Amino acid sequence: MADLRSDFIGIKSPNPFWLASAPPTDKEYNVRRAFEAGWGGVVWKTLGEAGPPIVNVNGPRYGVVYGADRRVLGINNIELITDRPLEVNLREIKAVKRDYPDRAMVVSIMVPCEESAWKSILPLVEETGADGIELNFGCPHGMSERGMGAAVGQVPEYIEMVARWCKQSTRMPVIVKLTPNITDIRYPARAAMAGGADAVSLINTVSSITSVNLDTMSPEPSIDGKGSHGGFCGPAVKPIALNMVADIARDAETRGLPISGIGGVTTWRDAAEFMVLGAGNVQVCTAVMTYGFKIVQEMISGMSQWMDEKGYESTADFVGRAVPNVTDWQYLNLNYVAKAKIDQDACIKCGRCYAACEDTSHQAIAMKEGRVFEVIDAECVACNLCVDVCPVEDCITMERMPDGAVDPRTDKVVTSDYANWTTHPNNPAAQAAE
Amino acid sequence: MPNPMTPGIVPGRLPPSQIAENFGDLHTPYAPHEAAVAADRCYFCYDAPCVTACPTAIDIPLFIRQIQTGTPEAAARTIFEQNILGGMCARVCPTETLCEEACVREAAEGKPVEIGRLQRYATDVLMETGDHPFERAAPTGKAVAVVGAGPAGLACAHRLAMKGHAVTLFEAKARPGGLNEFGIAAYKATDSFASREVDWLLGIGGITVETGKMLGNGLTLEGLTSEFDAVFLGVGLGGVNALRADGEDKAGVEDAVAFIADLRQAEDLAALPVGRNVVVIGGGMTAVDAAVQSKLLGADSVTIAYRRSRDRMGASRYEQDLAASHGVRLLFNAMPVAVHGNGSVGEIELEYTVEEDGALKGTGERFRLAADQVFKAIGQVLTTDGGLTLEGGKIAVTGAGQTSVAGVWAGGDCASGGDDLTVTAVAEGRDAAEDIHKALMG
Repeated sequence: MADLRSDFIGIKSPNPFWLASAPPTDKEYNVRRAFEAGWGGVVWKTLGEAGPPIVNVNGPRYGVVYGADRRVLGINNIELITDRPLEVNLREIKAVKRDYPDRAMVVSIMVPCEESAWKSILPLVEETGADGIELNFGCPHGMSERGMGAAVGQVPEYIEMVARWCKQSTRMPVIVKLTPNITDIRYPARAAMAGGADAVSLINTVSSITSVNLDTMSPEPSIDGKGSHGGFCGPAVKPIALNMVADIARDAETRGLPISGIGGVTTWRDAAEFMVLGAGNVQVCTAVMTYGFKIVQEMISGMSQWMDEKGYESTADFVGRAVPNVTDWQYLNLNYVAKAKIDQDACIKCGRCYAACEDTSHQAIAMKEGRVFEVIDAECVACNLCVDVCPVEDCITMERMPDGAVDPRTDKVVTSDYANWTTHPNNPAAQAAE
Repeated sequence: MPNPMTPGIVPGRLPPSQIAENFGDLHTPYAPHEAAVAADRCYFCYDAPCVTACPTAIDIPLFIRQIQTGTPEAAARTIFEQNILGGMCARVCPTETLCEEACVREAAEGKPVEIGRLQRYATDVLMETGDHPFERAAPTGKAVAVVGAGPAGLACAHRLAMKGHAVTLFEAKARPGGLNEFGIAAYKATDSFASREVDWLLGIGGITVETGKMLGNGLTLEGLTSEFDAVFLGVGLGGVNALRADGEDKAGVEDAVAFIADLRQAEDLAALPVGRNVVVIGGGMTAVDAAVQSKLLGADSVTIAYRRSRDRMGASRYEQDLAASHGVRLLFNAMPVAVHGNGSVGEIELEYTVEEDGALKGTGERFRLAADQVFKAIGQVLTTDGGLTLEGGKIAVTGAGQTSVAGVWAGGDCASGGDDLTVTAVAEGRDAAEDIHKALMG
């Protein structure tokens, strides 16, 4: 049986599945249920300064994007940081940590960009026995208008400054949570690293309007006929998150900086994908808000089975394994030639591959008598669109042309030699091959 | 109180509440969420096989997508543009041998998209508004006679009226609808759907219905062709084939279509008599409809005897299973040879058959079944041909229903070709209307 135990920047947990700072981790009752369900750790919902608590709206705070059969693909929210008194949260954090010493307890914090504000809250958190802190520089709504959250996360200098204050003021490991609402994720990651942060976590939610009510002309969720942009999360944002995680994992300056992966993790497979791209663990929110805490059992069993099948003994065996295979376009092998192949026995003759290729791509699929769909190798550029739209798994596959074969599209002999754009004759900047 | 075991042909074998429950909707209609889930399964195929399989060529992927996007009214319009009786067809079409058999998910998973139920959902939504989805074109000044207000005649009349022609729709029976009204199982069209559908269809305007008139009884083809600019015959098949078995004149030997018509028009099903032991001779949908309904009325034993093998049966496997699930016994390769009884039927004698080189012959082995009611469902025959050229016992047509006489079109069960389905009749009526329009307008 694979060993799922996780050690993330010195914070130990029985598995790498944490709950992200969000509504599911806002209070003792929920967190205890999460730990009973098997979650390895939590990042407690963001605490603010002492004093009058934050106020939330009293109407809908979530919007949704559905797939088929009302399957939740993404949720956006306009909820703010915890709206419960600081001292209540601190008391509960302490009680839970005391009862679950083997679980990771990280506390998310967001206070104004003043050193005194950070220096005054950190000892209070430390006193709870929490294992670490996460700096919420990502929340894109409500708090950012007050100069906090994403307003900080969008300015690398502020990130570095606050991270440094925290590192100087606490023994606890510091995780900086990054907003995706920027142009290049590497800059805030580098700033966090420069400020001494132990890790980054990403992504926070993506600024969004999920839908518009066409009767009332109000964005959803609608509060008395008005809507405000919210933060989008869930399976729909996973591709954005994976790319950003990989960017940081392979950046020359931030390589090796521990990453906690967040963004649409729903199954063990999602978690594994984040981890092979460099995340040491993952944080989950939307999936539990959709299905409840029990999903962690599938994540545990699925990752264990996969690790056993692959022979990985611990999560460290595979974290970052795919990072070397993430490259820039210019280094992709232009001598790799593939053609789509349709398995006629598996084909159910829906014709979606034909519609996609004929209408929108390369006219490389022929529709023959009896709804037989065949690839025209002389036209196929191996774009993969037919594979993507085919409803039958493995019915259409991309087959690599063997060395020495002639590509009927280009009449060129296929070679197994690697060659990329940097040396391609059409590239004005190409350097002559040695 | 009679019960299923009471001898003879008697009413009230089951309590009225049980009969009412038995004759409820065969398929419960989709709720909106069920429709959305079912619609999500459609792959929106290219040049979709389901459309090809539909005799009226409804754009099925499009209407399902319109349901998916929350516009069932637009979906209904897509359906009605091709098939104005899309509501009835959604209920009675043997979808298992048409669109749903062709669905690629049938090939993929053995579970097609439920096209028929989705069509019913969309058409129900629109029809419940009471609005008619089409507008009649400006009057053309042309008058067309449509004889027979069944599916073919109704579809033809509607399309002609839509194009601005003045249509007179003649019907032999007291009310329009044809087999939709008189000839299909009650549980397929509950709550007077057939008559409601006709009323809704007539909402296009420009159609005058005259009941109690038929060729040979108030109408002649010559009279019609001289009075109208064109004539469409959708008169159906008024007669029933004979059993050709000794004793078939005994009391209790009845036409299945007449039984179904009585059942459909009955004010009180509990007052409708049915036998204790019912034998239905035939292998088509009418045989199944008569057999199942006999069972639902409380007959103790019901047998369908079909002279050929199961794979030759006109009723689909789905229909066969429906009958079997209601306790109807299916007997294959058995043909009637004699009806026994003193005045009224008491037994039917059958002989086993084999088919050799396409020819059916008896094996010599005979047996008897107790029967106090025998229904003949062995095909219907044309009773009024108006002197037109016939082909295989039906009015010969070419192209879009053109008969041997200029200016006279025919479609539906009375015309050659086709497969005696409601949906085929609708397609033929519609296409004839288009052809008539073209002929009249030059």
